[in-house]
Order: sequence, then C-alpha cells, then structure tokens
Amino acid sequence: MKSLIKKLVETIGPSGYESQIRAVIREEVEPLVDEVRVDNLGNLIARKGGKLPGEVRGQPGVKIMLAAHIDEIGLIASHIDDFGFVRFVPIGGVRPHTCPGGRVRFLNGVEGVIGIERFSIALRSESNNSVPSFEQMYIDVGVSSRKDCSLHVGDMAVFERPFLDMGKRLVSKAMDDRIGTAVLIETLRQFEEQSISSPHQLYFVFSVQEEVGLRGAMTAAFGVDPDLGLAVDVTACGDTPRGGKMEVGLGRGPAIKVRDEGMLADPRLVDWMVETARRARVPYQMEILIGGTTDARSIQLTRAGVPAGCLSIPCRYIHSPSEMVDFGDVQNAVKLLVELLSNPIKFLTCPQS
Amino acid sequence: MKIETIANMSKNRIPSIGNAQIRLLESLCNASAVSGEEEKVRSIVLEQIRPLVDEIKVDALGNVLAKRFGQEKKRLRVMVTAHMDEVGMMIVADDEEGLFRFETVGGLEVSQLVGKAVWVGKNRVPGVIGAKPIHLVEQDELSQLIKLEALRIDVGPENGKKVKVGDRATFATPFIRLGPSLRAKALDDRVGVATLIELIRQPQPHLDLLAAFTVQEEVGLRGARVAAYTLDPDLAFVIDCTPARDLPDWESGGYHVEKEEIENTQYNTRLGAGPAIYIADHATLSDPRLIRHLVETAEALKIPYQIRQPGGGGTDAGAIHRQRVGVPTVSISVPGRYLHTTASIIRLEDWKNTLALIHAALSLLSPRLLRTER
Repeated sequence: MKSLIKKLVETIGPSGYESQIRAVIREEVEPLVDEVRVDNLGNLIARKGGKLPGEVRGQPGVKIMLAAHIDEIGLIASHIDDFGFVRFVPIGGVRPHTCPGGRVRFLNGVEGVIGIERFSIALRSESNNSVPSFEQMYIDVGVSSRKDCSLHVGDMAVFERPFLDMGKRLVSKAMDDRIGTAVLIETLRQFEEQSISSPHQLYFVFSVQEEVGLRGAMTAAFGVDPDLGLAVDVTACGDTPRGGKMEVGLGRGPAIKVRDEGMLADPRLVDWMVETARRARVPYQMEILIGGTTDARSIQLTRAGVPAGCLSIPCRYIHSPSEMVDFGDVQNAVKLLVELLSNPIKFLTCPQS
Repeated sequence: MKIETIANMSKNRIPSIGNAQIRLLESLCNASAVSGEEEKVRSIVLEQIRPLVDEIKVDALGNVLAKRFGQEKKRLRVMVTAHMDEVGMMIVADDEEGLFRFETVGGLEVSQLVGKAVWVGKNRVPGVIGAKPIHLVEQDELSQLIKLEALRIDVGPENGKKVKVGDRATFATPFIRLGPSLRAKALDDRVGVATLIELIRQPQPHLDLLAAFTVQEEVGLRGARVAAYTLDPDLAFVIDCTPARDLPDWESGGYHVEKEEIENTQYNTRLGAGPAIYIADHATLSDPRLIRHLVETAEALKIPYQIRQPGGGGTDAGAIHRQRVGVPTVSISVPGRYLHTTASIIRLEDWKNTLALIHAALSLLSPRLLRTER
C-alpha cells in the first residue's frame, strides 16, 4: 500500500486541474469496479456492484457514496514582472507562513522557489514580526526577464516535496487527501482479494475542487443521488507540543467524525461506525473538529438531504508541505471501511417506527 | 474544417456596435435596478428580445429566461448570462423632513458614498447623500472613517412624501460618451446585458441559445442559481464587467520609491486590452476546455484578449457551474474602472471585442469540445 501512497502523493493535481492524478487513480480503480465515468467537473465516479442495490442474506442493500478528494492546495501565477519574478495567489487554504523558501512545480513542469520581499514593503509594514502576506511573496523560476519566463498568468503550481517514509509515520505535501484516495483504492483491492460481495451498490467518488469549497462532491452527489454518504478525509490532531485542544492523535486509529465546522454527522452513521469498529476490534477515536469541513457536508445537503458522515485519517501539519499520518491508522481505516461496506445497514433498511 | 477557415467565415458575420447599441446601453445604464428590484431593466430587455426568441419567461425570482433554438440536428444547449441588477442602497428609516436612513445593497464602500447625488425609487426621486462642509469639520474628524449610520439621503421635505422605507436608491449619474470611452453608473453589468441582447440577434443554427438575464447577482449570485437549474444547459458563458486597476501604484508609496518597486502587480485587468477571460476567482475555477476555446478563437480571429488576474471576486459562474451534475462554465468580462462607485468607465473598443469574441466562440462551438474530460 505504501507504493500506492507514494505514487498518489507525488502526482500533481491542484484544484480544478486534476486530470493527471485522475488518470493515475483511474488506472488503479478500473480493473476493480463495474463502471467508471467522469462528470462535467472532472469527478471520477466508479461503481462497484450491480445497477441496482442487491441483497445478501435476505437483507436489502442501499446506494452508498464514498468520497475522497483528489485535488490538493496550490498556487496560481497572477503576474509576471519585468524581471521574470512570478507573483501568485493561493488556491485553497494555503498558509502564508509555510511558503517562503518552499519549492513549487507548475503543471507545465517549470520549477521555482518562493521568495519574499525583504527590503521594501516587508520592512515598511507596521510590525516586522507579522506573518508575510502573499502580496509580499513571489516565485523565482531562475530567469531574469519577463521574456525568458515560460509561465503565463493563470498557470497552476503545487508544492514540491518528495514522499517521506519514516516507517510508522508517512509524510507528504498532499496527504490531504491522497491518503483518503489510497484508503478507498485499498478497500476496493481488499474486496477483490477476499472476494467479498457487498449487498450495497457502492459509488467510489474521487472528487475534485474540495479545497476551494467542496464543489466536486456537490455535483457528484447530485448525479449519484445516494442513500448514504461517507467522506474519507484527513482531520487535525491535538497531540503536538502546545497543540490545539483536540482529542485526536496519531496512531490511535481512524477517527469517527461527530461534527466539524460545516457538518453535524448523522448520529445513526456515527453509531453504525462505532458499533462496527467495536465488533471488528478496530481501534478508533471520536472526532470533534473546530475548524474546517469535508465533502460530507456537500453530500449531506444534496437534493432532499442525505444521511452523511466522515471517516477521518488523523494528520499533523495539514496544509503544510509536510503533512504527517500514521500508517497503522491508514490500515485500520481500510479494515473498518471493508467491514462497514460488506454488511447490511440496519438503520436504513429497517425504517424507524 | 480548420479553425482558420471557420474563423474567416465567421469574421464576416461578427456583429458590430454602432449608435443604436450605444443608445440601448445608455437606457440600460440610466435605469434603476438595484438587486431585488430589477423591473426597469427587465422591461427594456423584454421589449428588445421578445420578437427574436422562440420561448421566453420571467421566473419566480425575476430572471428573464429566453430560448432561441437552432435548426441543425445535434445541438449543444448553451447558456449565456448577464446580470440585470446593480449595487445600490435601500431606505430603511424615515427621519422626516425628507431625510432618510439607508443601508447598502451589494458591495459598496461607505467612504465613497459621502456627498454623492442619488436617485431614489423606480421613479428616480433626486436626492443627495449629505456631507459635512469643510467649514464645519474638526481637525481630528479628518482622519476618521465615516460610518454609514452617520449618513442620510436628503430628498427635501416635499419629495419626501414620494419616498418610503424599502425603496432602493442608486447613483444619479447619467450615461455619457467620452471619446473612446463610456462613463455611467451600473456598467457592471449593463454592458453584459447589452452584449447578450446583441448575441440573441445573431442566429446560431448549430446550437440552442439559452439566454438568462439574471437578478440578485450582487447580493450572492442568487438569480443565476435558479436560472441554471431551470435551463439545465450543456455549458455556460457568463458575461460580466470586472474592475481594471491599471493605474500607477500610488497606494504603496507613489513616486518616493525606486522604479522597479512601482510596478503594479495587482491591476486585475487593463482598460483597452480586450475582453478579460477568467481562470480563477473566489467562486469558480473556469472550465479549462472553455478557456482554451476562447483563447484559440481570439488568436485565430486576432481579437485582442487578456487573462484576468486570478484572485478574488465572483460572477454568476459560481452558482451555475455547481448546479445539478455540474456545468462547464467560463466568464468573460469587459474591463471597467471604478466599478461599484458613482461613475465607472469602459472603453468602447473593449466592449466591441468582447461581443466579437463571445459571438465567434459560440459560432465555433462543437460538441467535440466536451468529449475530452476536464
């Protein structure tokens, strides 16, 4: 699975421009599913199971949408100046203090380093201790004039950092959310290897444009029109020195989301996930996230509403060039997901009185 | 057929902008249509396009939705939109003697309101947002920001009877032509409305033109959202007006700094450089296939164009592209200086080129464009 993760995190895919990473995922997924399509926004939608939800052991199945987003945060060139320096604006939640000194790679292959104005605006600003703004930064692509610069306004870039395997811990600039896509792909592999047949009609959605406002999941969910939605995404941790107060930490299992800034998970889904984890003896932790949200919010609010939740992979240093996850958490997430999807879901198939 | 061949063909048919079009834009700009009360502009639009289209309706929110069908067999269903509403003010309380408290509608900066003449209500009762004369201003007041609560619209005691709470107000700036430029209020987005009307006049046999003149764009892209749901198009073009700040970098030091530091790196767009094609704003990442189509069309026909600097802001595209199963969408704007203030300025040439580019892009549209994945 680690080689899959490495391949996924090292493929480029800023929001809105996901064709390269989509091609990589498609190649992995296509042999494992019954149908693959790409929608108008670029979401890769893979169906596993018949055209209608099936039946196993006399229990009817439902239509489930799983979503992991394939886009990553990045930068767009906004101006090339007379001396060939490239001004930029962020795509998604890039944090300015992680930028200076960083390296970036544009979709057309051009590489550059992020520099910061030192002697002009930065020194004139009110406080020299303040975090620099994007307006004070530029990308140096190693040329001296505009005409030598092979970039244009509108060219997209992502941060450039190799995958780091620390054994138990894995580090990359795009764990958010390539690790979620890895979990979905590995789940499909497990279904294949163990010849598990799910009673459900499963839609594995590799969604686009999550980082700019959960946009891909919105149109994908409208198209799939599921009975239940589950996002697989990263969540923050509270287990670092003087870190934010948060229960979630690395190595204690995948996290079952109760709420975040944009969604209250359906309590029936939370119970279903907790009970399944207990039964299967998969370690888990409960997640209450203060800031941020996931594709589950978009799914939940689609059409007439969809019961939705999120299985989270704990991750340190989210939206920095070095996002860290625990490999054990990743493996346990796969284990839990396989368990969740291979059995009937009572609260949906036996309506409440 | 090669793109150059088609380009030459369609070049002959490119609609032009003459006195009739400018007069239409004048009447559109002078009409008051602050978000939520677009009636005055809507009636001009209806009058203009009714004879040209196959189907027309005004929906529940007030959008004008009009269809002009092509005749060929396989036709793309193409939505083209421009918003009818403008930013402005709303009367919220009657202080008597012709003085009224007000709130802003849409993105307006309070400091730009002081001392401006306004028209209140659909029938344009003249008034002024009063300013304190310099004679009476204390020294320390000069450095303070003026608050909206301290401002009133004054229409005089007699006309005060014609104004009521809930009325909208807009800047009293009559349209004027200034040589190569046009100056008016609400060029954002009446220039788009005028462009869309001209596009409807041109038959496009290979596609169904689904025109939407939308409402409430300035308060959150609300009209376009329901319009796109109804029209359910294959793809969409949004015509808007975007700020040009192509001026010397006065704010960050002016002439006291070294030359290389003066380079304006945040101009958004430039006047006279042609229609502005969007790649990214806060609401949308334009469909790359449509960006490419616009750029290739412009290059083939030698129509000037510019790429709008990626950054903030948003157009109706933000609501349209995420409707239903998603709609490939791109925005094109006429660049305009001083938008959302009393008087904005556009260049006639930019308007002509915007109309030419969108018309040509529509003429050259083929279903093949969407066969490759985004």
